[in-house]
Amino acid sequence: MKLPDAEELCEKLAAELKPRIGPKSAMVGLYTGGAWLAERLHALLGMKTPLGLMDIAFYRDDYAARGLKHDPKRTRIPFDVSGCELFLVDDVLYSGRTVRAAMNVIFDFGRPASIALAVLVDRGGRQLPICAQHVGARVDVPAGMRLALKRDERGKLALALEAERAA
Amino acid sequence: MRLHIKNARIVDPASGKEGSGELFVADGRIAAEGGKADRVIDAKGLVLAPGFIDLSARLREPGHEYKATLESELDAAVAGGVTSLACPPDTDPALDEPGLVDMLRRRAKALSRARVFPVGALTVKLEGERLTEMGQLSDAGCVAFSQANAPLADAQVLWRALQYAATFGYAVWLRAEDADLAKGGVAHDGEVATRLGLPGIPAFAETIALGTILELVRATRARVHVCRLSTAGAVDLMRRAKQEGLPVTCDVGLHHVHLCDMDLGYFQSQCRLEPPLRSQRDRDALARGLAEGVIDCACSDHTPVDEDGKHLPFALAEPGATGLELLLPLTLKWGLAQRLSLAATLARITSEPARVLGIDAGRLVVGAPADLVLFDPRASVRITPAALKSQGKNTPFLGAELDGVVRLTLVEGNVVYEA
Amino acid sequence: MQRNPQLNEKGELQHLLSIEGLPRAILLQILDTAESFVGVTEREVKKVPILRGKSVFNLFFEPSTRTRTTFEIAAKRLSADVINLNINASSQTKGESLLDTVANLSAMQADIFVVRHESSGAPFLIARHVKPHEHVINAGDGRHAHPTQGLLDLYTIRHYKKDFAALTVAIVGDILHSRVARSLIHGLTTLGVPEVRVIGPQTLLPTGVEALGVRVFHDMREGLKDCDVVVMLRLQNERMRGALLPSAQEYFKHYGLNADKLGLARRDAIVMHPGPMNRGVEIDSTVADGPHSVILPQVTFGIAVRMAVMSIVAGN
Repeated sequence: MKLPDAEELCEKLAAELKPRIGPKSAMVGLYTGGAWLAERLHALLGMKTPLGLMDIAFYRDDYAARGLKHDPKRTRIPFDVSGCELFLVDDVLYSGRTVRAAMNVIFDFGRPASIALAVLVDRGGRQLPICAQHVGARVDVPAGMRLALKRDERGKLALALEAERAA
Repeated sequence: MRLHIKNARIVDPASGKEGSGELFVADGRIAAEGGKADRVIDAKGLVLAPGFIDLSARLREPGHEYKATLESELDAAVAGGVTSLACPPDTDPALDEPGLVDMLRRRAKALSRARVFPVGALTVKLEGERLTEMGQLSDAGCVAFSQANAPLADAQVLWRALQYAATFGYAVWLRAEDADLAKGGVAHDGEVATRLGLPGIPAFAETIALGTILELVRATRARVHVCRLSTAGAVDLMRRAKQEGLPVTCDVGLHHVHLCDMDLGYFQSQCRLEPPLRSQRDRDALARGLAEGVIDCACSDHTPVDEDGKHLPFALAEPGATGLELLLPLTLKWGLAQRLSLAATLARITSEPARVLGIDAGRLVVGAPADLVLFDPRASVRITPAALKSQGKNTPFLGAELDGVVRLTLVEGNVVYEA
Repeated sequence: MQRNPQLNEKGELQHLLSIEGLPRAILLQILDTAESFVGVTEREVKKVPILRGKSVFNLFFEPSTRTRTTFEIAAKRLSADVINLNINASSQTKGESLLDTVANLSAMQADIFVVRHESSGAPFLIARHVKPHEHVINAGDGRHAHPTQGLLDLYTIRHYKKDFAALTVAIVGDILHSRVARSLIHGLTTLGVPEVRVIGPQTLLPTGVEALGVRVFHDMREGLKDCDVVVMLRLQNERMRGALLPSAQEYFKHYGLNADKLGLARRDAIVMHPGPMNRGVEIDSTVADGPHSVILPQVTFGIAVRMAVMSIVAGN
């Protein structure tokens, strides 16, 4: 199946976010795809507050079934969360469980004035009452397939489809 | 009861003779010829040998009946083909009074299975201080005197004990272990103990003590049997002592011929033994020493330990393993590895221990008591708790598949075990 | 050979009993995960929900307030419920057996047992008898192992020295009785440290210690030469008299770390100590509180490392 061009979607998302960025705005990207995307958006938007990067491993709701399989990355939020207007950035929105976990992490750092969600792709299939305010594209992906962002050695972003690994 | 055993492969370790043929039993003794037999046994494919003689089997009576009883352990003995055994004095109370020895012998006799030869305590309560009444104990049936695994730290007491025993010709059986050097130790002092963080017993705890014993034998000419060698150094010392003509003999526990400290693995309390399992080099020297005859006998060092005694961290676990029913398979396994004839192999658990004990057993001659065993050297058995008759179910060989299955055991011409 | 009792059939960490025999990848997984937890311990809310609803039983058959406290803090920061049990060894021998105690606690729905015992190998025995979903973490057994201490030492070394591949590490003092030393040695050799030295008198070095992959020095000055890391071990009070050592003073003279001896190590050397320190016995205060000392960061990293170990085993 044909996937949209990630670089184009990234530009589009930046353009959409531009008018919303104010002095209290801050951005947090979710490892790994969301972090790459956030690095790109943060630069394109010329944001003043430093970028935050987050790993939600310790907040996942499937720990009991899966355990800690991948080495978690260190979460770094180098700004005061309290009172800020936060943009949470991820590559693909699917069940909504990652976003739920990410919001819990944020609240352990402080109480933001608002949180908005920006994603490159919304593939549907939500299992929680969560929606994204800023969406690059909507794509139908067959169940059992995993859609994720890749980055090559030159830093070019691209979407890729792969079979889901058996849990 | 007259028996006629035919088609057997007859092995007489005492004479070294092997051959197929038949053997007659009459009036509890090996007979020249049959006459009319009450029972004819076709022993095709089986080996007929003198019943085995085990120099160390703990029966746990009196005092430790929750671990084992005379019934259970003598059942285990005959199931293992053992027709005579010596039991060490570390019962509770220790075998330091004629009454206790007498009772033990009566109880054993009443069960009429294997013959039991008690080894009396060398010192009162095995405390290493006062000598026991060796004369009375001897009259009651003690074949030798020993401290079992209890330390005899005072070399002067040891010297006096050997002088006294030599005066009357009593045999003294001693473990060679320096009590101070062994203090607190639970494993061979080497790389494995270092890795596992277990307090070690150095090899020289054995050689130093053996040096002392041999020097005292030289001075007193006491008849000493050294029990459970565990080090290569001790084998060398024994070799020289025998060349010199000292009146000494020695034995090794079969675990030490097959296992070493590496087998402790991840703190296997089954391998908690006294003396500790030593290095591979020691194990190989023991196996060779036994083949060369520097070590006279192999024994099971049968020590029933209950589950509670083994379900403990290694250092706190009770030492010992069950062994009567493994005596034959482990001896065969050793003999095979050393490329010995069956006669030479079985000598270590028949004619040789008979010589050490000074009993009329362990040989196939007309007129000798018919203590006999028929076994299948090729049949194998898996060692499991359920397969063991002994109340002691603990052995490092649990789960192992070993060759050598006893089919029939005779004591004084009576069938005491038949599979 | 039996399977390594610490690993499940998939080769994942089921229990942490000893560093010996653990693959390099698992050691690195623990250190990397610990790094994420260091971030958590620096936050306003020093707690993550990962072990919510799990029960951690601190089973201490040998008293140790310090180690027990660090495990307790680590478990609480993972949102687990912590139950502390100090079991007097003497009452143990009288009453119920070690395994009975564990079976009882298991019936109370335990998930993790953190075990300290004065007898080497006790956690292995417990690990052999717990249910499949239960996990055992060794918090120190006899002289054998103290894997979380070893891991926090490794973490500290990596934090300050980045790469293990070119380091010289010296461990000084009572190696014979030290579970900390044994665990650290296995960790350092597994992670590829080219030179691990042990320094001490013959009385405090175990037989055949070279087989662990270390170089033995009896002269501390010689042993400290060009070291990147100096690990001082605690000398227990009861060892200072008797046949192992004549006196604390004489020990300090030969094996105590002072500024003068530390000068022989590299200029950027770090000094570590598992604590609690005996100032003036194995280490001089000027060194313990000096610029080379990383003794307090060790404690901080210790919490993160224990959080990492608990969250990894409980998920496998």
